[in-house]
Amino acid sequence: MSATTLIVGCAVVTFAIKAAGPVALGGRPLPGWFSRVVTLLAPALLAALVATHVFADGHRLQVGAHTVGVAVAGIVMWRTRSLTWCVLTAAVVTAVLRLA
Amino acid sequence: MAKPNGVVERSSVRQVIAPAERQRFFAGLRAAIPFAVATGIVGLPFGLLAIEAGLSPWAAVVMSLVVYAGSAQFAAVSIVASGGAVSAAVVAAAMMNSRFLAMGAAFAPSLPGPAALRALQGQAVVDTSWAMALRPDGSFDRHYLFGATSIQYVTWAAGTAIGAFGYSFVPDVEALGLDAVFPAFFLALLIGEARTHLAAGVAVAGAVIALILVPFAPIGLPVLVAGTAALVGLRRRR
Repeated sequence: MSATTLIVGCAVVTFAIKAAGPVALGGRPLPGWFSRVVTLLAPALLAALVATHVFADGHRLQVGAHTVGVAVAGIVMWRTRSLTWCVLTAAVVTAVLRLA
Repeated sequence: MAKPNGVVERSSVRQVIAPAERQRFFAGLRAAIPFAVATGIVGLPFGLLAIEAGLSPWAAVVMSLVVYAGSAQFAAVSIVASGGAVSAAVVAAAMMNSRFLAMGAAFAPSLPGPAALRALQGQAVVDTSWAMALRPDGSFDRHYLFGATSIQYVTWAAGTAIGAFGYSFVPDVEALGLDAVFPAFFLALLIGEARTHLAAGVAVAGAVIALILVPFAPIGLPVLVAGTAALVGLRRRR
């Protein structure tokens, strides 16, 4: 059944990718430039992940109710620092906008 | 240390099992509780989507347990749900996960031990824990990371289970706005990360790079290439 192939396939590629860095580079000391780049990787990758989910659908650039929902959720996170309120706001605002 | 009774004996045995490490593990676990709650909420739409893709509820839960990579699971399952091939779904998962190559490379110098053990420890890397365990000098508190990951692992699987087994009670994923939950989660992480002007600038650059690539690059690649925005860190600080 294809579900098994899907799950095993995803598990194997994920394991291999997560293992690659630690196997190849484990236990070595850090050069100075390395840590400066690494601390900036998270904002770069997270922003890209958010942008591709909010402003794109597959290969098309587009916005929708969820764009507004996520934006409002961002404001909630910024003001309250509560991750739970942030994700709940995203769902509620998006759902209400889709009712209209 | 030299106290004269058996109680001390027992506590010193506990100390042999690395109390500092255990303390860091539970510190990470506690610090990750808000993330774990949110991860559980994000697991819900994943469970629903997995059923729409034709997985059984148990298969959905097993997938969350053995893959444990939210963005890759969403990417793979949405391809299958929209009628795409399983091979395309696995490739999309790999592409979506490619950012873990960079994160794993960063984590690697903080991992001692033989290669097989490092490979196993590398599995604990997820976006939240990775960011939480990163020290200002670029090294990682690995036990803190393991603690933070362990609690999110449990809630991710639990959220998936609730979504998957509760599928018949949910009328429409989009009508409930559940598709907005996942990007909101990552936006929240980003807001926590982008504290300096430099980090905020890199975030904007990463988003722009990704969106420029979206129309023609394979799914997942835009996010990996966006990581090059971090290379601005190569510039020497004055």
